[in-house]
Amino acid sequence: MTGLIERKHNWRSLVLAGAMLSLVLPAAQASAQVASPVLAAARASGEVGEKTDGYLGFPGTPSAEVRRAADELNIKRRAYYAERAAAQNTTVEAYALTMGCQLIAKTKPGEKYQAPDGSWRTRSAEPPLRSNLCPA
Amino acid sequence: MIANELTWRARFAKHLPMQDQQTGKRRSPASRVTALAMLLGGAVALSACVSVKAPDKPIVIELNINIKQEVVYRLAADANKSIEARPDLFGN
Repeated sequence: MTGLIERKHNWRSLVLAGAMLSLVLPAAQASAQVASPVLAAARASGEVGEKTDGYLGFPGTPSAEVRRAADELNIKRRAYYAERAAAQNTTVEAYALTMGCQLIAKTKPGEKYQAPDGSWRTRSAEPPLRSNLCPA
Repeated sequence: MIANELTWRARFAKHLPMQDQQTGKRRSPASRVTALAMLLGGAVALSACVSVKAPDKPIVIELNINIKQEVVYRLAADANKSIEARPDLFGN
């Protein structure tokens, strides 16, 4: 009787360990990749910026190359948001909006970001202007 | 003899004192006034119910804002993890 219960526990821990491993492995593989150098330069120069909705936007008119790279990344971001939104039982828009809050918070001085009123701002040393919906 | 007795009894049964008077069905003037007042009051209450219009649009918008703020707070920790886990999507 006790042997049976112990066996059950062992199975459960094995399944748990397997599940955790399958969660960790793709994340580790993904972190090996790097952002495109085109976008890194465009971000530093203010040609692209973080929008409130969780995607990259253009404060001015971008070059064709930058636009293509940003559009491509936005498509990848959307696919990732959809995945996380499903895992968190929420909508893609709600997850993307939360990401927008956090991404704007993490911009570096000199980079562009979108204020809640839709206008483009340059990040200073002070905290960025964010929507009231954003967590502290 | 027997038939005569039967008709007598039938006649008596048709004219009972209670049926002639009909005091139970008559209303006093006071109760008539209260009945009328109740009828009028009911009509007024009904017309008041019909005239109330619920402003549904602003309520819906307020609910959406509340839900979103709650959801954003719940998702914030996972969003931060996502930024760490996917520098290819969110890094410089």
